[in-house]
Amino acid sequence: MKTVKPVGIIGYGAYVPMYRLQASEINRVWGGSGVPVEEKSVVAVDEDTITISVEAAKQAVKRAKIDPSEIGAVYVGTESKPYAVKPSGTIVAEAIGATPNVLTADYEFACKAGTEAMQTCIGLVGSGMHKYAMAIGADTAQGKPNDALEYTAACGGAAFIFSEKNNSTLAYIESSYSFVTDTPDFWRRAKEAYPRHGNRFTGEPAYFKHIKGAGKALLEETGYKPSDFKWAVFHQPNSKFPINVAHMLGFSMDQIEPGLVVPRIGNTYAGSTPVGLAATFDVAEPNDKIFVVSYGSGSGSDAFIISVQQAINEKREDPKLLSFIEHRKYIDYATYLKQRGQILQ
Amino acid sequence: MRKVKVAGVGLIPVKEYWEKSIQDLFVDASLIAMKDAGIEDIEKIYVSNMCSAQIQEQLNLAAVMTDFLGKPGIPATRIEASSASGGVAFHEAVQAVASGYSNVVLVTGVEKMSDVLPEIITTSLAMAEEQEYTSYTGVTKAGIAAMIHRLYMESYASPEEICMMAVKSHEHAVGCKHAQYPFKMSLERAMSSPMEADPIHIMECSGIGDGAASIILVPSDGEGVEVAGTAISTDYTNIAQRSNLLEMKAIKTAADKAYNMAGIQSSDVDLAEVQDDFTINGILGIEGLGLTKIGEGAKLVNTQEIDKEGRIPINTFGGLKARGNPIGATGIYQLAEITLQLQNKALGHQVEGARIGLAQNMGGMASICAVNVLRRIN
Repeated sequence: MKTVKPVGIIGYGAYVPMYRLQASEINRVWGGSGVPVEEKSVVAVDEDTITISVEAAKQAVKRAKIDPSEIGAVYVGTESKPYAVKPSGTIVAEAIGATPNVLTADYEFACKAGTEAMQTCIGLVGSGMHKYAMAIGADTAQGKPNDALEYTAACGGAAFIFSEKNNSTLAYIESSYSFVTDTPDFWRRAKEAYPRHGNRFTGEPAYFKHIKGAGKALLEETGYKPSDFKWAVFHQPNSKFPINVAHMLGFSMDQIEPGLVVPRIGNTYAGSTPVGLAATFDVAEPNDKIFVVSYGSGSGSDAFIISVQQAINEKREDPKLLSFIEHRKYIDYATYLKQRGQILQ
Repeated sequence: MRKVKVAGVGLIPVKEYWEKSIQDLFVDASLIAMKDAGIEDIEKIYVSNMCSAQIQEQLNLAAVMTDFLGKPGIPATRIEASSASGGVAFHEAVQAVASGYSNVVLVTGVEKMSDVLPEIITTSLAMAEEQEYTSYTGVTKAGIAAMIHRLYMESYASPEEICMMAVKSHEHAVGCKHAQYPFKMSLERAMSSPMEADPIHIMECSGIGDGAASIILVPSDGEGVEVAGTAISTDYTNIAQRSNLLEMKAIKTAADKAYNMAGIQSSDVDLAEVQDDFTINGILGIEGLGLTKIGEGAKLVNTQEIDKEGRIPINTFGGLKARGNPIGATGIYQLAEITLQLQNKALGHQVEGARIGLAQNMGGMASICAVNVLRRIN
């Protein structure tokens, strides 16, 4: 998909909470032996998807160097809305000074809600409806105790402000593609506390099929080869899947390395691909091309080809994502349960 | 009784079929067998399957599968004997032809296990055990096998020697186009894998897979691959009632009957497929069939005697561990593979000069066992 007017990214920001729960600590409690990620990020008692979104959004506005009141849309993609009914986006928009002349809504598409918001913002800016539009992917993902997802369900998010491509944009969107089917691999029904999943069904017919579907289609449509890209980011539910799908599509470990943050922070769900992209922006150089493919259960993938521009060098002010990853405090399982509100009172 | 021969076989690769239904798998394998036999007009159909009630919530498989095969009107029967469904269905199909009741019988085993979560599979497989005295204690099939495995370790062999059953099956599966796991697995990898049920490692257990295999039986015309012997036997379902946990009587009884019918002794068998759903079961299968002495099964699998050039090649396409174990289809896979061997069509797995092969297919912890002996007659 291409826009009528070229669309770029004028600011980006990311945030990962400081608390970490190690896989070894989960194994200590439940007697498991798996290590799908080394450790995962955990919110503090006073953090949620909205606070994560605000942290990332503020950073994006600061780097964009724009008047936030000119942001015409704020979309929050998440599957952990603090309110079942009441938009997270309104709180974020208010917090960054984008209200009242703003479109806002929360998007839900499991782990691709963030990139779904990106697609919408690209459309709004590309059509000329808005000068700036902000897309956020953020989550405080829920992992059922003693379930495989407890190891990986993590917290974090990233925000991107889209504008018409110009000398101030740090990168621009060359093309995008979306690939969606009705594939029930992972879901959470209304009023349920934790998602359920189809075990191995989440792999080949879900994650791999959709990422390969979107990725291959975008490569074919644009004529690019994997070797044309300096970097690549794939949705990262665990350490293994993104590495495998990268190899399947012809990308190397070197290409995905900067954006592969899952071993150290876990799967931030709707924040996963956006956080990986933010980490890649932190190291990218002008003219680098980035291949990005998200995945959301249900299921679908959004693929993007992003070209980095000269302005990246002036838009990459601290704090970089790595500082959030390295600023960490380990907690034990009991503290984890307390901070995630999983102890009955 | 009339002599019975195999007119054709059909196999589809064992794997996870995310885009196909259990009906699709049944039809795919059946059509391959019909093409192989050059026969369109089937007179009777046997469907072997264990878990469709729990996994697909589908019963009445005989009618459902016959309908999907485009053959409504044909008499059909579903056979369920837990993991022995395939071997038992074959046994019944042989009798249908031998008795003169039917001239062309299709027996197709099918199981589609990837449609549900592992806990449902575990619950479904546990139904092979008697519910009131065994399953309701909470023990799983792996748990029962683990107790027997430990006893065998204390009596006869080291954990590594038993584990070689799985290593050998993987070695034999290399190059097999219908195998789910056609690659080598080292002893170290298997022994360092997590415990499924101590002392059984997860890599000593067959996995979950989808598959279907089909065989067409007709009256013998004195050529090709004949059914030389067929027998089933049962044992106490509750292992606590057995006098010797390391002696699986149903295997021995069925084997003796089948050998007697075939007019052979165990030493006449050129190759065998045994039920290695757990390494210990494969070893006790080898012993129960009389292919080695009691207590020496693990020692045997640590030699080259079970390789295709050896004295008694076992699981030449990978067995349940590496070819795969789509439960209700497994017994038919075994017999189709033996047929390919006796037809000299086993390609890289071929046992040269093989004339007599058998398949041992058991359900529960050998509470039921089918032994079917095939013989090349020209």
